Amino acid sequence: MLKLYDGGLPVASILEEWYNEESTSNYGAFIPFIGTIRDEDGIDGLSFDIYEPILEKWFEAWRVKAKEKGAIIKMAHSRGDVLLHESSYIACVFSPKRRVALEFIDEFVEDFKASAPIWKYDLIKGKRVYALDRSTAIKGSGILGVTH
Amino acid sequence: MIRVEFLGPIQKDALELEITNLKELASILQETPEMAEWLENSAVAVNDTLVSSLDHELKDGDKVSMLPPVCGG
Repeated sequence: MLKLYDGGLPVASILEEWYNEESTSNYGAFIPFIGTIRDEDGIDGLSFDIYEPILEKWFEAWRVKAKEKGAIIKMAHSRGDVLLHESSYIACVFSPKRRVALEFIDEFVEDFKASAPIWKYDLIKGKRVYALDRSTAIKGSGILGVTH
Repeated sequence: MIRVEFLGPIQKDALELEITNLKELASILQETPEMAEWLENSAVAVNDTLVSSLDHELKDGDKVSMLPPVCGG
């Protein structure tokens, strides 16, 4: 389950919804990761662009990987501006036993940071400044720069 | 006609090009000064699937997307 929101995420209601959806599914472990915007470097918040067609394919591949381990994943992310101390990202894993969920949330969130087609901007004095120094080139990048 | 879209922070309008493979696109973009900073660090998708080789034929109606470095979360 992948859901995108305009602005900051309603954390409590998302977690409650996910918990209620699976409360009788017989999963022994529910491990959420909640990312929030820290007050640092003088920013007023962050802003995000998302390319949904590829994000959905990326998420579907992870959904299948989770299913192979008897687990399920859910994810929510913000579009547009998210202010300090709000949340822009929640991911979670449900699995029969804790070890799978603990390991899977780590792999899933790391690949999310490296591969999901989402672009981050610092909000500084009302302007969006692309956070290039904190961004990662997707695996296989640069082919159009090769001269031949 | 091939539509080429530039995603996220790449401030460039989409192009409509008569090309038949990604090598031709590479040649065109390498001659476009505003693209210089993006060619080395962007990934390429054809019809929303990432590709890892320039040896990719294109057919009429295909969509090519350029994806600069990402940072979700």
